[in-house]
Amino acid sequence: MFEIDTSIMLAGVIAGAAPVLLATLGETITERAGIINLSLDGTILLSAMTAFVVAYNTHSLVLGFSAAALVGGLIGLIVAFFSVYLGQSQVAVGFVLTLMTRDLAYFLGSPYARLHGPQALPFSIPILKDIPFIGSIFFSHSLPVYLSLAGIFICWWYLFRTPMGLNLRSVGENPAAAYARGINPGLHQLLYALCGGLLVGLAGATFSLAVKPGWGRPQGAEGTGWIALALVIFGGWHPVRAAFGAYLFAFLQIIGIYLQGWLPSVPTQVFQVAPFPLMIFTLLIISYAQKASDKIVPGGETLTRPAGHHGHRWLQRLLGLLTGDAPAALGQPFRPE
Amino acid sequence: MTIPGSHLSIWGRFRQMTVSLIAVFMFTTLVLYLAGAPPWPAYYHITRGALGSWIKFSHVIKAWIPLMLCSCGLLYTFRIGLWNIGVEGQVMIGAVLATAVLRTGVDDSAPMVSFFLAFPAAILGGSAWAIIAGWLKTRGEVHEIFAGLGMNFVAQGVILWLIFGPWKRPGVASMSGTALFPDYLWLSYVPGFRLSPVGLVMAIMALVATALMLRYTRIGLNLKAIGANARAAVLFGLRPGRYMLLAMAFGGGFAGLAGAVQVTGVYHRLIPAISSNYGYLALLVVMLANYNIWLVPPVALFFAGLNVGSIQLPIVLQVDSSLAGVIQGALVLTVLAVHGFREWRKIHRRRSTENMAAKEAPADV
Repeated sequence: MFEIDTSIMLAGVIAGAAPVLLATLGETITERAGIINLSLDGTILLSAMTAFVVAYNTHSLVLGFSAAALVGGLIGLIVAFFSVYLGQSQVAVGFVLTLMTRDLAYFLGSPYARLHGPQALPFSIPILKDIPFIGSIFFSHSLPVYLSLAGIFICWWYLFRTPMGLNLRSVGENPAAAYARGINPGLHQLLYALCGGLLVGLAGATFSLAVKPGWGRPQGAEGTGWIALALVIFGGWHPVRAAFGAYLFAFLQIIGIYLQGWLPSVPTQVFQVAPFPLMIFTLLIISYAQKASDKIVPGGETLTRPAGHHGHRWLQRLLGLLTGDAPAALGQPFRPE
Repeated sequence: MTIPGSHLSIWGRFRQMTVSLIAVFMFTTLVLYLAGAPPWPAYYHITRGALGSWIKFSHVIKAWIPLMLCSCGLLYTFRIGLWNIGVEGQVMIGAVLATAVLRTGVDDSAPMVSFFLAFPAAILGGSAWAIIAGWLKTRGEVHEIFAGLGMNFVAQGVILWLIFGPWKRPGVASMSGTALFPDYLWLSYVPGFRLSPVGLVMAIMALVATALMLRYTRIGLNLKAIGANARAAVLFGLRPGRYMLLAMAFGGGFAGLAGAVQVTGVYHRLIPAISSNYGYLALLVVMLANYNIWLVPPVALFFAGLNVGSIQLPIVLQVDSSLAGVIQGALVLTVLAVHGFREWRKIHRRRSTENMAAKEAPADV
């Protein structure tokens, strides 16, 4: 009764984490460029609905995924445009969009509720799938899951190993300096809000076409956007750490499903809402770690590069894993004078 | 919080509103075409659903009351610059505590005691729920949006657990909620209308109290000072953390009261959707009212009308009633865009006049 097949469970974690991982990666890119796209929760629903409806009507999964990505990108673009060119609060615009896109999804999607539609089926990658243990965990998934795995590496590489990534980060850290170097911060922010939004749109499509196939009210994706927003903070605005957070989250979710079977006396509502107190608790731990690390390393040096300080090394390492600095200009639009 | 467009003349504001309404009208019509629904009948049925008869209008007022209460609470938190997104959960906890107290009054010798205690209990419950989020913000440095939102999900979980667990109806536990309270525990209502004048009085009193509080008391002034510039406020000896908790307590109290009115005046029991999204909607109301208290009542009335009017849409036109939310969101976005566009144009005008002046001025040699 208590036996779990480890490789099946881990494969489930990889697949289950795919949508929240894609959304987290997208938001990480957007926030690295200095824009907070708070509309994730609604955007995921609207793109999930779009993906299902387009794929259902055209019988094409590719069109479904593309349409969803476009919807996500468009919404990211709206948030950035309101901030960069109209000087409006990103939080306000993002919040309104969260509510509006959610209602739009329910409104336009209601004729398609509980229909049986196409879905992306898992396929094994030849040769790689035969690697013992690892093969069955990583190489027998559907396309969007592979995409989410590749996305971790691509995001990391783009952000930290390309000149474009350097420009992206400079716009989020110090737009005035970037502007002086001949970079247009506004245009960069529009671009990366669009790119991040594309990934969030794919996250929605991954829900309705692969992980939780179909459309309904509730779809099952409700709340994911907020988790993704918290995971960006948990990941310290770093794609690899954010991915780690997404997998941890998916792992806990699966543990929750098992626990529900083992502890039938605990009401199901407890398991349904458990992610959210957990989210608050995690954010609380991170802010305490941040405070503690500020105390240990005075002068604002980050723990990943402690300057000539050797005490508490293990503690520093631990705190270093938990903390990360937000892009300095996050949420503050830049206006060249 | 800077208030855009507050310098506008009445004519300018009127023009802005007209432009926004036309834009939203075009957007909504497009959405209706996308959904394959005829736009004109949709608008007609929404209007008729809200204003078609006195009974229908009384439903609008019934939705207006909790919207007003939540909006008044939000004015405190917005004034100090907090996003009290947890208002939804504060309504739910208010409703839970009101239900808990009312349950002691069923088959009791003095039911009126528990009836009158239900309201302060709900206010305290909403306040406490808000203070938790405020404390997470001031002490834990967790952004109030995450704290509030997480608490909303927890509150929803608590309601579902109560309805399906300890408070389930004898024999059946279902989404229709707990058992109906006997009518001596209902808020008195006008016969035939199901509208409680007591609730209406509460909403109006909340409006007046909030207006006086924010305008004429030291607390109101300090909230504004901290919201405008927290660092300068510290130099004047104000403690932003304390005032943030105070603002959250006020906001949560009004939201909790809204929850109690939903239980005693509208549903007469606890249902899973007891808050009816009025908390989230109130955030939109206050934003569209531009944080101006005197614009809150008409905007809340309009939003309540949209909500109530669209209830019939699934029956008469087979389209979902969430159209109301689409219109409301589009309206707020458009108004933000119009504000932003005005600012943008003003900056450009100033720049071009400066350039002209620079050209005309004789060059220094």
